[in-house]
Amino acid sequence: MTYGRGLRGLSLATAATISLALGLVFFYAPLDADQGFVQKIFYIHVPLAIVSLCGFILGGLLAIGYLRTGERQWDVRSYVAIHMSLIFGIAGLITGSIWAKASWGHWWVWNEPTLVSFLIVLLLYATYQPLRFAIEDPERQSRYASVFAVTAGAFVPLNFIAVRLAQQYVHPRILTLSGGNLPGSMRLTFLVSLLGIALLFVTLWKYELAAKNTRAQIRALRRSLLGEESVRPLGRSAAPS
Amino acid sequence: MTVLRKDLLLELRTFETVPAMILFSIVTFVIFHFGLNQATIDGQLAGGVLTVTLLFAAMLGVNRLFVAEREQGGFDAFLLAPVDRSAMLIAKASALFAFLVVLEVVAVPAFGLLLLGPSLGPPLLGLIAVLALADVALAVIGTLVSAIAVNTRARDLVGPVIGLPLLIPALIATARAAAPLLAVHGSGAPPGKWVAVLALYDLVFALLAYAVFDFLLED
Repeated sequence: MTYGRGLRGLSLATAATISLALGLVFFYAPLDADQGFVQKIFYIHVPLAIVSLCGFILGGLLAIGYLRTGERQWDVRSYVAIHMSLIFGIAGLITGSIWAKASWGHWWVWNEPTLVSFLIVLLLYATYQPLRFAIEDPERQSRYASVFAVTAGAFVPLNFIAVRLAQQYVHPRILTLSGGNLPGSMRLTFLVSLLGIALLFVTLWKYELAAKNTRAQIRALRRSLLGEESVRPLGRSAAPS
Repeated sequence: MTVLRKDLLLELRTFETVPAMILFSIVTFVIFHFGLNQATIDGQLAGGVLTVTLLFAAMLGVNRLFVAEREQGGFDAFLLAPVDRSAMLIAKASALFAFLVVLEVVAVPAFGLLLLGPSLGPPLLGLIAVLALADVALAVIGTLVSAIAVNTRARDLVGPVIGLPLLIPALIATARAAAPLLAVHGSGAPPGKWVAVLALYDLVFALLAYAVFDFLLED
Protein backbone atom coordinates (compact mmCIF):
# COMPACT_ATOMS: atom_id res chain seq x y z
CA MET A 1 0.00 0.00 0.00
CA THR A 2 1.66 3.22 -1.08
CA TYR A 3 0.38 6.44 0.34
CA GLY A 4 3.31 8.41 -1.04
CA ARG A 5 2.03 8.37 -4.60
CA GLY A 6 0.98 11.82 -5.79
CA LEU A 7 1.93 13.34 -2.48
CA ARG A 8 4.25 15.93 -4.01
CA GLY A 9 1.63 17.22 -6.42
CA LEU A 10 -0.95 17.27 -3.67
CA SER A 11 1.35 19.21 -1.36
CA LEU A 12 2.06 21.77 -4.05
CA ALA A 13 -1.64 22.13 -4.83
CA THR A 14 -2.37 22.62 -1.12
CA ALA A 15 0.31 25.24 -0.71
CA ALA A 16 -0.90 27.05 -3.84
CA THR A 17 -4.56 26.99 -2.78
CA ILE A 18 -3.81 28.21 0.72
CA SER A 19 -1.60 31.00 -0.62
CA LEU A 20 -4.34 31.98 -3.04
CA ALA A 21 -6.89 31.88 -0.23
CA LEU A 22 -4.74 34.08 2.01
CA GLY A 23 -4.19 36.48 -0.86
CA LEU A 24 -7.92 36.68 -1.45
CA VAL A 25 -8.62 37.10 2.26
CA PHE A 26 -6.28 40.02 2.69
CA PHE A 27 -6.40 41.79 -0.66
CA TYR A 28 -9.64 40.88 -2.41
CA ALA A 29 -12.41 40.27 0.11
CA PRO A 30 -13.98 43.53 1.28
CA LEU A 31 -13.73 44.64 4.88
CA ASP A 32 -16.82 43.79 6.85
CA ALA A 33 -18.80 47.00 7.37
CA ASP A 34 -19.78 45.98 10.86
CA GLN A 35 -16.83 44.12 12.35
CA GLY A 36 -13.91 45.43 10.34
CA PHE A 37 -10.67 43.54 10.05
CA VAL A 38 -11.41 40.93 12.72
CA GLN A 39 -14.07 39.38 10.54
CA LYS A 40 -11.28 37.98 8.33
CA ILE A 41 -10.68 35.23 10.88
CA PHE A 42 -13.96 33.83 9.59
CA TYR A 43 -12.15 32.59 6.47
CA ILE A 44 -9.94 30.38 8.64
CA HIS A 45 -12.29 29.51 11.48
CA VAL A 46 -15.30 28.27 9.56
CA PRO A 47 -13.35 26.07 7.12
CA LEU A 48 -11.40 24.57 10.04
CA ALA A 49 -14.62 23.74 11.84
CA ILE A 50 -16.36 22.33 8.76
CA VAL A 51 -13.35 20.25 7.73
CA SER A 52 -12.90 18.82 11.22
CA LEU A 53 -16.57 17.80 11.45
CA CYS A 54 -16.36 16.19 8.02
CA GLY A 55 -13.15 14.50 9.18
CA PHE A 56 -14.94 13.01 12.19
CA ILE A 57 -17.66 11.64 9.95
CA LEU A 58 -15.01 10.37 7.53
CA GLY A 59 -13.35 8.61 10.47
CA GLY A 60 -16.66 6.87 11.17
CA LEU A 61 -17.03 5.78 7.54
CA LEU A 62 -13.48 4.44 7.45
CA ALA A 63 -14.17 2.59 10.69
CA ILE A 64 -17.09 0.86 8.96
CA GLY A 65 -14.50 -0.32 6.48
CA TYR A 66 -12.52 -1.86 9.33
CA LEU A 67 -15.54 -3.55 10.86
CA ARG A 68 -16.53 -5.00 7.49
CA THR A 69 -13.12 -6.22 6.37
CA GLY A 70 -11.07 -6.55 9.56
CA GLU A 71 -7.99 -5.13 7.78
CA ARG A 72 -5.84 -2.95 9.99
CA GLN A 73 -5.25 -0.46 7.18
CA TRP A 74 -8.80 0.81 7.61
CA ASP A 75 -8.34 1.31 11.32
CA VAL A 76 -5.13 3.25 10.73
CA ARG A 77 -6.94 5.46 8.20
CA SER A 78 -9.80 6.06 10.59
CA TYR A 79 -7.42 6.79 13.46
CA VAL A 80 -5.42 9.31 11.47
CA ALA A 81 -8.60 11.02 10.20
CA ILE A 82 -9.97 11.38 13.71
CA HIS A 83 -6.81 12.59 15.31
CA MET A 84 -6.23 15.07 12.50
CA SER A 85 -9.82 16.28 12.95
CA LEU A 86 -9.19 16.74 16.64
CA ILE A 87 -6.27 19.05 15.89
CA PHE A 88 -8.30 20.96 13.30
CA GLY A 89 -11.23 21.10 15.70
CA ILE A 90 -9.19 22.56 18.54
CA ALA A 91 -7.75 25.12 16.14
CA GLY A 92 -11.29 25.92 15.03
CA LEU A 93 -12.44 26.29 18.61
CA ILE A 94 -9.59 28.67 19.44
CA THR A 95 -10.10 30.82 16.34
CA GLY A 96 -13.84 30.82 17.04
CA SER A 97 -13.22 31.97 20.57
CA ILE A 98 -11.04 34.82 19.35
CA TRP A 99 -13.70 35.84 16.88
CA ALA A 100 -16.40 35.66 19.55
CA LYS A 101 -14.36 37.87 21.87
CA ALA A 102 -13.84 40.40 19.10
CA SER A 103 -17.37 40.55 17.75
CA TRP A 104 -19.59 39.66 20.73
CA GLY A 105 -17.31 40.69 23.56
CA HIS A 106 -17.08 37.28 25.24
CA TRP A 107 -14.68 34.40 24.84
CA TRP A 108 -17.48 31.94 25.22
CA VAL A 109 -21.17 32.33 24.41
CA TRP A 110 -23.54 29.67 25.67
CA ASN A 111 -26.55 30.69 23.64
CA GLU A 112 -24.70 29.90 20.47
CA PRO A 113 -25.67 26.42 19.28
CA THR A 114 -22.91 25.89 16.76
CA LEU A 115 -20.25 26.66 19.34
CA VAL A 116 -21.84 24.50 22.02
CA SER A 117 -22.46 21.51 19.77
CA PHE A 118 -18.92 21.77 18.53
CA LEU A 119 -17.65 21.67 22.09
CA ILE A 120 -19.74 18.59 22.87
CA VAL A 121 -18.41 16.83 19.78
CA LEU A 122 -14.85 17.68 20.76
CA LEU A 123 -15.43 16.45 24.32
CA LEU A 124 -16.70 13.17 22.94
CA TYR A 125 -13.78 12.70 20.57
CA ALA A 126 -11.32 13.70 23.27
CA THR A 127 -12.11 10.29 24.78
CA TYR A 128 -11.09 8.47 21.61
CA GLN A 129 -7.38 8.29 22.37
CA PRO A 130 -7.77 7.47 26.08
CA LEU A 131 -10.16 4.69 25.06
CA ARG A 132 -7.60 3.25 22.66
CA PHE A 133 -4.89 3.56 25.24
CA ALA A 134 -6.96 1.71 27.81
CA ILE A 135 -7.18 -1.42 25.64
CA GLU A 136 -4.01 -3.45 25.43
CA ASP A 137 -4.75 -6.07 22.84
CA PRO A 138 -4.15 -4.33 19.46
CA GLU A 139 -6.82 -6.24 17.61
CA ARG A 140 -9.45 -5.50 20.23
CA GLN A 141 -8.26 -1.89 20.39
CA SER A 142 -8.93 -1.48 16.67
CA ARG A 143 -12.32 -3.13 16.93
CA TYR A 144 -13.53 -1.12 19.91
CA ALA A 145 -12.13 2.12 18.53
CA SER A 146 -13.98 1.46 15.28
CA VAL A 147 -17.24 0.88 17.13
CA PHE A 148 -16.65 4.15 18.95
CA ALA A 149 -15.83 5.97 15.70
CA VAL A 150 -19.01 4.72 14.00
CA THR A 151 -21.21 5.68 16.96
CA ALA A 152 -19.58 9.06 17.38
CA GLY A 153 -19.73 9.72 13.64
CA ALA A 154 -23.50 9.24 13.72
CA PHE A 155 -23.66 11.35 16.86
CA VAL A 156 -22.16 14.42 15.15
CA PRO A 157 -25.17 15.42 13.01
CA LEU A 158 -27.72 14.35 15.63
CA ASN A 159 -26.02 16.46 18.25
CA PHE A 160 -26.13 19.49 15.99
CA ILE A 161 -29.86 19.06 15.46
CA ALA A 162 -30.57 18.80 19.19
CA VAL A 163 -28.43 21.73 20.26
CA ARG A 164 -29.63 23.96 17.46
CA LEU A 165 -33.24 23.38 18.42
CA ALA A 166 -32.41 24.26 22.01
CA GLN A 167 -31.31 27.80 21.41
CA GLN A 168 -32.05 30.94 19.55
CA TYR A 169 -29.11 31.42 17.28
CA VAL A 170 -26.91 34.43 16.90
CA HIS A 171 -24.36 32.76 14.69
CA PRO A 172 -24.50 33.93 11.11
CA ARG A 173 -25.85 31.13 8.96
CA ILE A 174 -23.19 30.82 6.30
CA LEU A 175 -24.20 27.85 4.23
CA THR A 176 -27.95 27.89 4.08
CA LEU A 177 -29.76 26.23 1.23
CA SER A 178 -30.56 29.60 -0.28
CA GLY A 179 -26.86 30.36 -0.50
CA GLY A 180 -26.67 32.51 2.60
CA ASN A 181 -26.32 36.24 2.63
CA LEU A 182 -22.68 36.57 1.73
CA PRO A 183 -21.75 38.98 -1.05
CA GLY A 184 -20.15 37.31 -4.07
CA SER A 185 -16.56 38.32 -3.40
CA MET A 186 -16.74 37.09 0.21
CA ARG A 187 -18.30 33.82 -0.84
CA LEU A 188 -15.59 33.19 -3.43
CA THR A 189 -12.89 33.88 -0.83
CA PHE A 190 -14.64 31.62 1.64
CA LEU A 191 -14.95 28.77 -0.84
CA VAL A 192 -11.29 29.02 -1.80
CA SER A 193 -10.32 28.96 1.89
CA LEU A 194 -12.55 25.97 2.47
CA LEU A 195 -10.93 24.16 -0.43
CA GLY A 196 -7.48 25.08 0.88
CA ILE A 197 -8.15 23.76 4.38
CA ALA A 198 -9.76 20.62 3.01
CA LEU A 199 -6.72 20.00 0.83
CA LEU A 200 -4.49 20.62 3.83
CA PHE A 201 -6.43 17.98 5.75
CA VAL A 202 -6.10 15.42 2.96
CA THR A 203 -2.40 16.17 2.52
CA LEU A 204 -1.57 15.84 6.22
CA TRP A 205 -3.70 12.71 6.39
CA LYS A 206 -1.75 11.14 3.54
CA TYR A 207 1.58 12.23 4.99
CA GLU A 208 0.87 10.63 8.31
CA LEU A 209 -0.39 7.45 6.69
CA ALA A 210 2.71 7.31 4.53
CA ALA A 211 4.90 7.82 7.59
CA LYS A 212 3.13 5.14 9.61
CA ASN A 213 3.23 2.78 6.68
CA THR A 214 6.92 3.36 6.06
CA ARG A 215 7.75 2.84 9.71
CA ALA A 216 5.89 -0.46 9.72
CA GLN A 217 7.71 -1.56 6.55
CA ILE A 218 11.08 -0.64 8.01
CA ARG A 219 10.33 -2.63 11.12
CA ALA A 220 9.35 -5.62 9.03
CA LEU A 221 12.51 -5.33 6.93
CA ARG A 222 14.78 -5.00 9.97
CA ARG A 223 13.15 -7.99 11.51
CA SER A 224 13.69 -10.16 8.46
CA LEU A 225 17.25 -8.93 7.79
CA LEU A 226 18.71 -8.60 11.26
CA GLY A 227 16.67 -11.08 13.19
CA GLU A 228 13.93 -10.87 15.73
CA GLU A 229 16.05 -9.33 18.52
CA SER A 230 17.08 -6.26 16.54
CA VAL A 231 13.61 -4.76 16.68
CA ARG A 232 12.45 -3.52 20.01
CA PRO A 233 8.84 -4.49 20.68
CA LEU A 234 6.33 -1.68 20.39
CA GLY A 235 5.23 -0.24 23.70
CA ARG A 236 1.61 0.14 24.59
CA SER A 237 0.22 2.81 22.35
CA ALA A 238 -3.02 4.51 21.46
CA ALA A 239 -2.01 4.59 17.83
CA PRO A 240 -2.47 1.61 15.55
CA SER A 241 0.51 0.66 13.46
CA MET B 1 -34.58 -13.65 27.24
CA THR B 2 -32.71 -15.96 29.57
CA VAL B 3 -29.98 -13.39 30.06
CA LEU B 4 -32.59 -10.81 30.98
CA ARG B 5 -34.22 -13.21 33.45
CA LYS B 6 -30.82 -14.01 34.91
CA ASP B 7 -29.98 -10.32 35.37
CA LEU B 8 -33.27 -9.47 36.99
CA LEU B 9 -33.03 -12.52 39.22
CA LEU B 10 -29.50 -11.63 40.21
CA GLU B 11 -30.60 -8.14 41.12
CA LEU B 12 -33.56 -9.45 43.12
CA ARG B 13 -31.35 -11.86 45.04
CA THR B 14 -28.44 -9.55 45.76
CA PHE B 15 -30.12 -6.13 45.90
CA GLU B 16 -26.92 -4.57 44.75
CA THR B 17 -27.37 -2.02 42.01
CA VAL B 18 -30.87 -0.58 42.17
CA PRO B 19 -30.92 0.31 45.88
CA ALA B 20 -27.59 2.06 45.42
CA MET B 21 -29.00 4.02 42.48
CA ILE B 22 -32.09 5.01 44.48
CA LEU B 23 -30.06 6.06 47.48
CA PHE B 24 -27.70 7.97 45.26
CA SER B 25 -30.51 9.91 43.61
CA ILE B 26 -32.14 10.83 46.93
CA VAL B 27 -28.81 12.02 48.30
CA THR B 28 -28.35 14.02 45.13
CA PHE B 29 -31.71 15.75 45.68
CA VAL B 30 -30.55 16.72 49.15
CA ILE B 31 -27.26 17.96 47.70
CA PHE B 32 -29.13 20.00 45.13
CA HIS B 33 -31.28 21.47 47.88
CA PHE B 34 -28.21 22.77 49.68
CA GLY B 35 -26.25 23.53 46.53
CA LEU B 36 -29.05 25.68 45.14
CA ASN B 37 -30.17 26.82 48.61
CA GLN B 38 -33.84 26.61 47.67
CA ALA B 39 -36.72 24.93 49.44
CA THR B 40 -38.71 24.29 46.27
CA ILE B 41 -37.92 24.48 42.60
CA ASP B 42 -40.06 24.41 39.46
CA GLY B 43 -40.00 24.74 35.70
CA GLN B 44 -36.71 24.48 33.86
CA LEU B 45 -34.67 24.21 37.02
CA ALA B 46 -36.74 21.28 38.26
CA GLY B 47 -36.54 19.59 34.88
CA GLY B 48 -32.79 20.00 34.87
CA VAL B 49 -32.25 18.77 38.42
CA LEU B 50 -34.43 15.71 37.88
CA THR B 51 -32.79 14.82 34.57
CA VAL B 52 -29.23 15.31 35.78
CA THR B 53 -29.87 13.26 38.91
CA LEU B 54 -31.36 10.40 36.93
CA LEU B 55 -28.50 10.58 34.44
CA PHE B 56 -25.85 10.24 37.12
CA ALA B 57 -27.76 7.55 38.95
CA ALA B 58 -28.01 5.69 35.64
CA MET B 59 -24.24 5.91 35.29
CA LEU B 60 -23.91 3.85 38.47
CA GLY B 61 -26.01 1.12 36.91
CA VAL B 62 -24.08 1.38 33.64
CA ASN B 63 -20.80 0.76 35.43
CA ARG B 64 -22.11 -2.39 37.06
CA LEU B 65 -23.91 -3.77 34.03
CA PHE B 66 -21.29 -6.11 32.60
CA VAL B 67 -19.05 -6.55 35.61
CA ALA B 68 -20.54 -9.88 36.65
CA GLU B 69 -20.27 -11.21 33.08
CA ARG B 70 -16.64 -10.35 32.92
CA GLU B 71 -15.65 -11.57 36.34
CA GLN B 72 -17.47 -14.86 36.11
CA GLY B 73 -17.01 -15.72 32.48
CA GLY B 74 -20.54 -14.91 31.38
CA PHE B 75 -19.25 -13.62 28.05
CA ASP B 76 -17.67 -16.94 27.15
CA ALA B 77 -20.76 -18.83 28.16
CA PHE B 78 -22.89 -16.49 26.11
CA LEU B 79 -20.68 -16.84 23.04
CA LEU B 80 -20.90 -20.62 23.31
CA ALA B 81 -24.67 -20.52 23.42
CA PRO B 82 -26.41 -20.93 20.04
CA VAL B 83 -28.11 -17.54 20.06
CA ASP B 84 -27.81 -14.33 18.11
CA ARG B 85 -25.27 -11.96 19.64
CA SER B 86 -27.68 -9.06 19.52
CA ALA B 87 -29.70 -10.93 22.14
CA MET B 88 -27.11 -9.79 24.64
CA LEU B 89 -27.70 -6.13 23.74
CA ILE B 90 -31.45 -6.50 23.95
CA ALA B 91 -31.30 -8.37 27.26
CA LYS B 92 -28.84 -5.99 28.88
CA ALA B 93 -30.64 -2.89 27.63
CA SER B 94 -33.95 -4.30 28.90
CA ALA B 95 -32.40 -5.05 32.27
CA LEU B 96 -31.00 -1.52 32.51
CA PHE B 97 -34.37 -0.13 31.40
CA ALA B 98 -36.10 -2.12 34.16
CA PHE B 99 -33.57 -0.86 36.72
CA LEU B 100 -34.23 2.71 35.61
CA VAL B 101 -37.99 2.29 35.84
CA VAL B 102 -37.70 0.96 39.39
CA LEU B 103 -35.36 3.81 40.21
CA GLU B 104 -37.84 6.37 38.90
CA VAL B 105 -40.82 4.83 40.65
CA VAL B 106 -39.03 5.73 43.88
CA ALA B 107 -36.96 8.74 42.90
CA VAL B 108 -39.63 10.79 41.14
CA PRO B 109 -42.09 10.79 44.08
CA ALA B 110 -39.13 11.54 46.35
CA PHE B 111 -38.27 14.44 44.09
CA GLY B 112 -41.88 15.65 44.28
CA LEU B 113 -41.80 15.40 48.03
CA LEU B 114 -38.40 16.93 48.69
CA LEU B 115 -37.83 19.58 46.06
CA LEU B 116 -40.64 20.15 43.60
CA GLY B 117 -42.87 23.17 44.24
CA PRO B 118 -45.94 22.38 42.10
CA SER B 119 -47.83 19.14 42.60
CA LEU B 120 -46.79 16.06 40.65
CA GLY B 121 -50.37 14.97 40.04
CA PRO B 122 -51.51 16.74 36.86
CA PRO B 123 -48.40 16.31 34.71
CA LEU B 124 -47.76 12.73 35.78
CA LEU B 125 -48.83 11.07 32.53
CA GLY B 126 -46.73 13.39 30.40
CA LEU B 127 -43.78 12.94 32.72
CA ILE B 128 -44.04 9.18 32.51
CA ALA B 129 -43.97 9.37 28.72
CA VAL B 130 -40.94 11.66 28.68
CA LEU B 131 -39.04 9.61 31.23
CA ALA B 132 -39.82 6.37 29.40
CA LEU B 133 -38.26 7.80 26.24
CA ALA B 134 -35.29 9.06 28.24
CA ASP B 135 -34.88 5.62 29.80
CA VAL B 136 -34.68 4.03 26.37
CA ALA B 137 -31.87 6.44 25.49
CA LEU B 138 -30.07 5.77 28.76
CA ALA B 139 -30.49 2.02 28.43
CA VAL B 140 -29.27 1.82 24.83
CA ILE B 141 -26.29 4.17 25.18
CA GLY B 142 -25.53 2.79 28.63
CA THR B 143 -25.38 -0.78 27.37
CA LEU B 144 -23.23 0.14 24.38
CA VAL B 145 -20.81 2.22 26.44
CA SER B 146 -20.69 -0.34 29.21
CA ALA B 147 -19.84 -3.07 26.74
CA ILE B 148 -17.02 -0.95 25.35
CA ALA B 149 -15.75 0.05 28.78
CA VAL B 150 -15.84 -3.33 30.49
CA ASN B 151 -12.90 -4.67 28.53
CA THR B 152 -10.68 -1.64 29.02
CA ARG B 153 -8.28 -1.13 31.86
CA ALA B 154 -9.84 1.85 33.63
CA ARG B 155 -13.38 0.73 33.03
CA ASP B 156 -15.16 2.81 35.67
CA LEU B 157 -13.58 5.90 34.15
CA VAL B 158 -13.99 5.12 30.48
CA GLY B 159 -17.72 4.40 30.73
CA PRO B 160 -18.98 7.74 32.04
CA VAL B 161 -16.40 9.74 30.11
CA ILE B 162 -17.70 8.36 26.80
CA GLY B 163 -21.30 8.02 27.88
CA LEU B 164 -21.94 11.52 29.19
CA PRO B 165 -21.09 13.43 25.99
CA LEU B 166 -23.07 10.90 23.97
CA LEU B 167 -26.08 11.48 26.21
CA ILE B 168 -26.01 15.27 26.14
CA PRO B 169 -28.60 15.57 23.32
CA ALA B 170 -30.91 13.22 25.24
CA LEU B 171 -30.32 15.25 28.39
CA ILE B 172 -31.19 18.49 26.59
CA ALA B 173 -34.37 17.03 25.14
CA THR B 174 -35.50 15.44 28.42
CA ALA B 175 -34.86 18.53 30.51
CA ARG B 176 -36.64 20.74 27.98
CA ALA B 177 -39.57 18.38 27.64
CA ALA B 178 -39.96 18.05 31.41
CA ALA B 179 -39.66 21.79 32.10
CA PRO B 180 -43.22 22.89 31.22
CA LEU B 181 -44.62 19.83 33.00
CA LEU B 182 -42.97 20.85 36.24
CA ALA B 183 -43.75 24.55 35.96
CA VAL B 184 -46.08 26.24 38.45
CA HIS B 185 -48.87 26.75 35.94
CA GLY B 186 -47.61 24.10 33.60
CA SER B 187 -49.41 22.31 30.85
CA GLY B 188 -50.20 18.62 31.19
CA ALA B 189 -48.63 17.72 27.86
CA PRO B 190 -44.92 17.72 27.07
CA PRO B 191 -43.81 19.88 24.13
CA GLY B 192 -43.99 17.82 20.96
CA LYS B 193 -40.72 19.10 19.51
CA TRP B 194 -38.62 17.71 22.34
CA VAL B 195 -40.49 14.44 22.53
CA ALA B 196 -39.82 14.07 18.81
CA VAL B 197 -36.10 14.80 19.26
CA LEU B 198 -35.90 12.26 22.06
CA ALA B 199 -37.73 9.66 20.00
CA LEU B 200 -35.43 10.31 17.03
CA TYR B 201 -32.40 9.97 19.27
CA ASP B 202 -33.71 6.68 20.66
CA LEU B 203 -34.42 5.33 17.21
CA VAL B 204 -31.05 6.28 15.68
CA PHE B 205 -28.97 4.95 18.54
CA ALA B 206 -31.03 1.80 18.99
CA LEU B 207 -30.44 0.92 15.34
CA LEU B 208 -26.80 1.91 15.57
CA ALA B 209 -26.19 -0.07 18.73
CA TYR B 210 -27.88 -3.06 17.14
CA ALA B 211 -25.58 -2.73 14.14
CA VAL B 212 -22.27 -2.40 15.99
CA PHE B 213 -22.85 -4.44 19.13
CA ASP B 214 -21.78 -7.75 17.59
CA PHE B 215 -18.24 -6.49 17.19
CA LEU B 216 -17.89 -5.89 20.90
CA LEU B 217 -18.45 -9.54 21.76
CA GLU B 218 -16.29 -11.17 19.12
CA ASP B 219 -13.45 -12.78 21.03
